[in-house]
Amino acid sequence: MSDTTGIFIDVEISAEAAGDAELARRLEEVCPVDIYKDEGGRVGVVRENLDECVLCELCVEAAPPGAVKVKKLYDGTTLER
Amino acid sequence: MSILINEETTFIVQGITGREAVNLTRECLDFGSKIVGGVTPGRKGRDVHGVPVFDTVEQVVEHNGGVAPDGSVVTVPPAFTKDAVLEAIAAGVKTIVIVTERIPRRDVAQMVEFADMHGARIIGPNCLGIIVPGVAKMGGVGGPAKDAQKAYQPGVVGVMSRSGGMTTEISSTLTAAGLGVSTAVSIGGDAIIGQTYAELMPLFEADEQTEAIVIYTEPGGRMEAQLAEWQTENDSRLPIVAFMAGRFMDEEEMKGMSFGHAGTIVEGKEDTATEKIQRLEAAGIPVVERIDAIPDAVKAKLGDRA
Amino acid sequence: MRFYEFEARQIVERAGIPVTKYGFVTDAAEARKVAADIGGPTVIKSQVLTGGRMKAGGVKFADTPEEAEAHAADILELEIGGHMPKGVLVDPKAQVKQEYYASVVWDGTEKRPMLLFSDMGGIDIEEVAETHPDHVGRAHFSNLIPFSDYQAKQVVAQTGVTGRQLTRIVPILTRLARVFQDGDMTLAEINPLAELEDGSFVALDAHMEMENEARPRQKKLLADLGIGDEETREGHEPTPFEEAVAAIDAADHRGVIQGKDTGFHGNLGLVIGAGGGSLTLTDAVRSQGGKPANYSEIGGNPSVAKACGLAKEVLQKDGVEKIAVMMSIVSNTRVDIVARGVIKACLELGKDPAETIAVFRIPGAWEEEGAKILSKYGVEFNDRTTSMWDAAGEAVEKIPS
Repeated sequence: MSDTTGIFIDVEISAEAAGDAELARRLEEVCPVDIYKDEGGRVGVVRENLDECVLCELCVEAAPPGAVKVKKLYDGTTLER
Repeated sequence: MSILINEETTFIVQGITGREAVNLTRECLDFGSKIVGGVTPGRKGRDVHGVPVFDTVEQVVEHNGGVAPDGSVVTVPPAFTKDAVLEAIAAGVKTIVIVTERIPRRDVAQMVEFADMHGARIIGPNCLGIIVPGVAKMGGVGGPAKDAQKAYQPGVVGVMSRSGGMTTEISSTLTAAGLGVSTAVSIGGDAIIGQTYAELMPLFEADEQTEAIVIYTEPGGRMEAQLAEWQTENDSRLPIVAFMAGRFMDEEEMKGMSFGHAGTIVEGKEDTATEKIQRLEAAGIPVVERIDAIPDAVKAKLGDRA
Repeated sequence: MRFYEFEARQIVERAGIPVTKYGFVTDAAEARKVAADIGGPTVIKSQVLTGGRMKAGGVKFADTPEEAEAHAADILELEIGGHMPKGVLVDPKAQVKQEYYASVVWDGTEKRPMLLFSDMGGIDIEEVAETHPDHVGRAHFSNLIPFSDYQAKQVVAQTGVTGRQLTRIVPILTRLARVFQDGDMTLAEINPLAELEDGSFVALDAHMEMENEARPRQKKLLADLGIGDEETREGHEPTPFEEAVAAIDAADHRGVIQGKDTGFHGNLGLVIGAGGGSLTLTDAVRSQGGKPANYSEIGGNPSVAKACGLAKEVLQKDGVEKIAVMMSIVSNTRVDIVARGVIKACLELGKDPAETIAVFRIPGAWEEEGAKILSKYGVEFNDRTTSMWDAAGEAVEKIPS
């Protein structure tokens, strides 16, 4: 779903999860560096904040399995559950 | 053994619900420290990593069956630090680590005077606290337990440093060289601090585990001169090795500027790097130019005594 | 922060310490008016935050208002030690019978303020202390119990001053001690404190410095003196680099960065930390023949944007092609976050990180992750087995000056 990414970090949200209003609210709440934004019930990604990701995995844990993936572009690995 | 804290030491964290304090609490618990309570006014009833939070230090004492904790780590904003420290001292706390920086000197002086009146001891402000490798730590020194273990292994050298970060760099070097650390104290980077090198020396002197001392020093202030005087006047069993950072500040163009810590501003001839190095060396305290030269300097000193 | 003499004069005046009838003006015509008001000979003094103004021609005597105007015009144009004056102080030329010295300073060893007094005023107190120790009285005083007259009396008596002089000086010293405490000063000095021919005492010159950390709670005094938050009163004018780094730091509360380049003239860009680590590394670079372009500090776990901002500012300095990124072992600041910041800075400036980052030595928190990031961009990661000295040496080798 992302057309531009950070240099170091990208996040991927499943099509199903992206429209989950409750998840949109929770992701905005848990992320310490404001990568997520509740855009009227849809999960929005604040692209300029992607590189500030501290790898805390709070977003991954807040979402259902497979819904949110944090990709580390520098080593090709992904944080997910 | 150790100085200031040991495996029995209980302490509290004032300002425990703050972001940095939460981390520090986790780190200390993981390292084996006994944190018996936290204080943040208005937050009574919460807990931070299992540590109960109270509104007042007095409540913590009550909770502990009327026994005051041995220490407190104070990490509250500068405008509230003095009050928090006076509260802890009034409640009977004897060892206080002040993490907060940018506290006006008048407040620091008042806290120190109050501590003196009550037989309490202040470490800091603007410090990372105290660590006894393998036993306990009181403050953020060394960081998370697993990182702290990497840099701090039990050994024979007592470390005192005006820089929190350099406390760990030096200790890591001593650990890597097989000398290890008995107790390391980040004494604080401000112009006025609770305990200077010379004031902590008698404690190290009385600690059997400690066989040598390493200090990290900077320009500004008189506490190196005070240590040199102490070393000359007392027939200490402990050799001291010093490292002096900020020699570049002696350059004419840097006069009157402050670098690094608040305490580094050079006001008189006596507190420049050059002058301090002379004084320390005259007192038999070698001043090395490189951190990685410290272990050999310590070994040479220990060899002299053997 | 330092106060101008005319401000220090206002501070002592507010505290009830007698001063001469003086005027602070910013143009020559006003100087003439003040001099006419005063009547009689005057002294025109440049208002600059630097020493040596007497030698530089920043203090002149005038017999008439016309002469006062002419001197003021000259002095207002005179740069002293790189500073233009903020204005001039027009003061009556006092008929002085005897000059004294009084000050309050901090004694960091005793952790208390110290009151100093001498009956040999007007000259450098350190010199008096060396050559005439019996003419200097001193005493430390409490910060918990209010200062009391007897403490001042003892200090004055130590110098042998007695009689009417003693009883007149004591209340002045007590007020000075209170100014020091109430105003969070680091220095409160009256030199000379003058006894005039008519037997009255006035503060002829005063020097005050306030602790920067106390500025938030001294807002009222500062506002009364017309000093705004934007006036930093540093000993030197901040350079564009220093201002840019300070602005980046202020824009984001995460972590702390600092940058200075006053007095640095080399081309070796330093992105270093933390407080003690920066001092150590700057020395290590210089001792091995390197010429730093700047000093810097990274601490308190800054954001990627902040680390990036600092690195960009350093890289945009004249003559800087490469940077050395080095810190003492970190426990709060994260290696991976700093690595991201400095690489981002290179990329945004169209530079190759592998070429531009000559050395990266930051051991500690999240170092495994930091190493992965660096490796992707071809930058070598140095852990704690590379000493700070050796890292600095490598920087000197790789960045020819």
